Amino acid sequence: MTDATTAMNPDDLNPDPYAIPLDQIRMNQSRLFQNNMHGEYFRRLRKEDPVHYCADSDVGPFWSITKFDDIVKIDSNHKQFSSEPAISIGNPSADFTTPMFIAMDPPKHDVQRKAANPGVAPARLADLEGLIRERAGKILDGLPIGEEFNWVDRVSIELTTQMLATLFDFPFEDRHLLTQWSDVTTNVDMFVSEEKIQERRASLRECLAYFTRLWHERANEPPKFDFISLLAHNPDTKDMINNPMELLGNLILLIVGGNDTTRNSISAGIVGLNQNPKEYDKLMADPTLIPNMVSEIIRWQTPLAYMRRTAKEDVEFQGKQIKKGDKVVMWYVSGNRDETKIENADELLIDRARARQHMSFGFGIHRCMGNRVGEMQVRIVWEEILKRFERVEMVSEPVRVNSSFVMGYSEVMVRIIPKDKK
Amino acid sequence: MPRITFIEHDETIHEITAEDGATVMEVALDNSIPGIDADCGGQCACATCHVFINDDWASKIPAREEAEETMLELAEGVTEFSRLACQIEINDALDGLQVRLPAAQH
Repeated sequence: MTDATTAMNPDDLNPDPYAIPLDQIRMNQSRLFQNNMHGEYFRRLRKEDPVHYCADSDVGPFWSITKFDDIVKIDSNHKQFSSEPAISIGNPSADFTTPMFIAMDPPKHDVQRKAANPGVAPARLADLEGLIRERAGKILDGLPIGEEFNWVDRVSIELTTQMLATLFDFPFEDRHLLTQWSDVTTNVDMFVSEEKIQERRASLRECLAYFTRLWHERANEPPKFDFISLLAHNPDTKDMINNPMELLGNLILLIVGGNDTTRNSISAGIVGLNQNPKEYDKLMADPTLIPNMVSEIIRWQTPLAYMRRTAKEDVEFQGKQIKKGDKVVMWYVSGNRDETKIENADELLIDRARARQHMSFGFGIHRCMGNRVGEMQVRIVWEEILKRFERVEMVSEPVRVNSSFVMGYSEVMVRIIPKDKK
Repeated sequence: MPRITFIEHDETIHEITAEDGATVMEVALDNSIPGIDADCGGQCACATCHVFINDDWASKIPAREEAEETMLELAEGVTEFSRLACQIEINDALDGLQVRLPAAQH
């Protein structure tokens, strides 16, 4: 999460993956994803070259793992495939390195993850459910009737930012700062020039300064279940305050992990149901499908397209020779469309059997820690939508973000039809 | 065919006749036992089929291997009786097995 993905001129993109020689396919081009062309490219790779080597890209060579079972194998094999130094395709800049536990191997990873984990553990979630429901209700009740508005801003961002503020026990009136820090972290446009890079770093330094202040306050207060108190009071992590870049790295991880992903899953539900009106009808006829639908939306959207590993030794994998030091990219967004594993994988089917068996949360020791809090937010927002609205109608094509990592939307324009006025 | 008893966190009991060779996770899923998610489908990669097996039965089941130990680190409320249900294969010696379920999977 610390580096750029390629931004190329959209005119260079060819929607037909077969127009390009196999060895010249470069899946880290963010515009492929922004223009929703990546799916056909991955379909070709799964069919013709499921463990694909890209010999040259702007961030050097990398392997693409595209099939479901292959991804599970690599993801569960942390002994041969390291998460260091980074889980994005590019390496961190030497002069701005932010270590974070998602990009660490055991034993350090385990210690830091365990310190933060109680902040999103099942017991804590039960305490938060009522609060999330109240907030979701308030946000939905404040939406304009009869006019078009951007669902991303008014609902997805608002609800997830409020939640994130709660998980950090962050001053509520300043919560927009969390959104801002999350966005500068992942936005490719922040890497296009030296000026932008410096602007991004300045913003993240402000983030660090703000949280440093919070940390000192929390360290002197009785322990609580917000992330900062948990880290500040845990004997294994209380000294992180003396390693500011590592503190910043972990803050970025918890902010982005808890923000973008849930935000885009909430938006994806609107997009997916509007593109599949029969599924929307199914939902209206049977709201008990919501929990299953939540898993299906998270599969269909795959909020984070990939995680990267680095080979710790030479490994022969599915007949290919992966060399020590090679970058290995596990494309969850492709595994979740693997037609040999998931029936009608391109379709959003809210009553899909075993919908939980998707790979959006990853597998193995780095599996998403906040998956339950994410699922809970998406579930509650839909429960509250169904109480109020006959339909949330998408009125134009959604606008996707320019990233090969975050699968998200910046704009989903909608109009709502309340229940009694249809 | 072996009989397996699943006991939910609220003490609700489900008695199931299982197939030899299936795993406890598969039996739970096939019989819609609440409380087992099994998100990875049985590859010991997600820790969402966490269950408790009491002492009487633990000795009849092969001990945890390293992968199971590692993944259990991710589960909530792990005790010495914790197992991942996908790693327990059913055979006749397990006839009568009691499997306790946690309040929630994490």
